[in-house]
Amino acid sequence: MSDMKLTVKVWRQKNNATPGKFETYQVMANEHMSFLEMMDVLNEQLVHEKHQPVAFEHDCREGICGACSMVINGQAHGPLQATTTCQLHMRHFKDGDTITVEPFRAKAFPVIKDLVVDRSALDRVIQSGGFISVNTGQAVDGNSIPIEKDAAVKAFDAATCIGCGACVAACPNGSAMLFTSAKISHLGLLPQGKIEHKNRTLKMVAQMDKEGFGFCSNIGACSAECPKEISLENIARMNRSFIGASLTTGKPE
Amino acid sequence: MSWFTNFLTSSIGKKLLMSLTGLFLILFLKIHLLGNLQLLKDDGGEAFNTYAYFMTHNPLIMVISYGNYFFILLHMLLGLTLWSKNRAAKGQAYAVGNHRDTTWASRNMALLGILILAFIFLHMGDFWWKMKTGQTAVVMYGETEVKDLYTKVAESFKVLWIVVAYLIGLLALAIHLYHGFASAFQTLGLNHSKYTPVIRFIGTAYSILVPLGYAIMPIVFYFFR
Ligand code: HEM
Ligand code: SF4
Ligand code: FES
Repeated sequence: MSDMKLTVKVWRQKNNATPGKFETYQVMANEHMSFLEMMDVLNEQLVHEKHQPVAFEHDCREGICGACSMVINGQAHGPLQATTTCQLHMRHFKDGDTITVEPFRAKAFPVIKDLVVDRSALDRVIQSGGFISVNTGQAVDGNSIPIEKDAAVKAFDAATCIGCGACVAACPNGSAMLFTSAKISHLGLLPQGKIEHKNRTLKMVAQMDKEGFGFCSNIGACSAECPKEISLENIARMNRSFIGASLTTGKPE
Repeated sequence: MSWFTNFLTSSIGKKLLMSLTGLFLILFLKIHLLGNLQLLKDDGGEAFNTYAYFMTHNPLIMVISYGNYFFILLHMLLGLTLWSKNRAAKGQAYAVGNHRDTTWASRNMALLGILILAFIFLHMGDFWWKMKTGQTAVVMYGETEVKDLYTKVAESFKVLWIVVAYLIGLLALAIHLYHGFASAFQTLGLNHSKYTPVIRFIGTAYSILVPLGYAIMPIVFYFFR
């Protein structure tokens, strides 16, 4: 097991009302730790020294919950492609490295404390239409609703979005179009979701705009940083659905 | 607000206007280039001047050209609005920058746009404004008195700083369109693994060939006329 001595520059901020700044710490880690375990080691050290530990979010630690938001050396979830922070291991860094850790930056994601940001704007986008209005009950039989293979594959790809917000963090415009389009595609491509597709698209885009996310310039940083590699094709699908729905739905009363 | 203003002021609606005005300008640039290439005819400017006369006197063309001015203004104002709103939506920038898999062009559309705008001012001020305000000499072709824009162009393209400014403006245009061409289709909702590579190819070819075509004129005039 090879140990590594790291210099970790972490963004410390008491709360949203107080300005934050970087603090620099020395951390002894080893290459088998995950990035979050390295942060745990740092926090134990801080607690021993009677300092406040660094607040950061984590939950599943296996890449499925999307909690572990942080920007590592300028990249959301760090240097590895298609992974979350919890899936990043210290073997991708070298002994003696300096690592800069910042919170996700976007106006719609205010910092709560240190590396923890408030991503509830994404929840409100979901609440505005990211569901289908059917009675739930027993799971239906597997093949009772036929679904075309191509649509099923695309819907599934979109459904892998874990709502982590890395797309917003990576986007120079702070735009949430990749996330919103993944949700709209996931539901709209399937027969159960088609019924409400137009209104869902209108509502979710309206909510996204209301939350103060930026405008997509088709830069593609979102998709490059997305742990689930959600494709820009979803944004195109959302654009055409939105344009179509705006022109063809009934006039609002 | 009516559904229509709601639509156009939404994020996607604004981008739709960017895309449509951008595509119109792309079409315009190509036609403008084909006309202007007549400058290269070594006939003392008759072909070019006759063409310029036609373009400024045909009612249909005049309507299109005023539409064109309007679209440039709309594209520019919207582009700068989006840019400033996007800066605000990002808030604080990262201490460490890292741009994985993104092009410089895509991240600097507003900067490139401002360079193009400066170029448009220079271009319109030197040629269009002087022509409209009667500061251009005239020649007679048969019965008609035609403004001698050719000689004006030839004079301007003998001035080194103007030639350099043109080349910078055209380079900015090339980079703007290298991203803008394909981006406009993505904004319209057209992205598919079958045809997007074709759009990208045409966009790259356009963004190289059209600015290059324009660049030939100041270069030819500066060095060879
Ligand atoms: C005749 C010259 C121009 C042409 C042909 C042109 C074309 C385009 C095209 C096709 C796009 C992509 C639209 C999309 O992504 O949907 C674009 C984007 C843009 N243009 Fe232009 N443009 C021109 C001049 C300008 C000028 C003068 C400005 C500003 C001063 C400007 C500012 C922008 C900005 C900021 C964007 C990015 C918008 C975004 O994606 O957020 N452009 N342009
Ligand atoms: S699209 Fe990707 S980056 Fe954005 S929230 Fe979903 S999983 Fe995260
Ligand atoms: S902690 Fe759940 S995805 Fe990282």
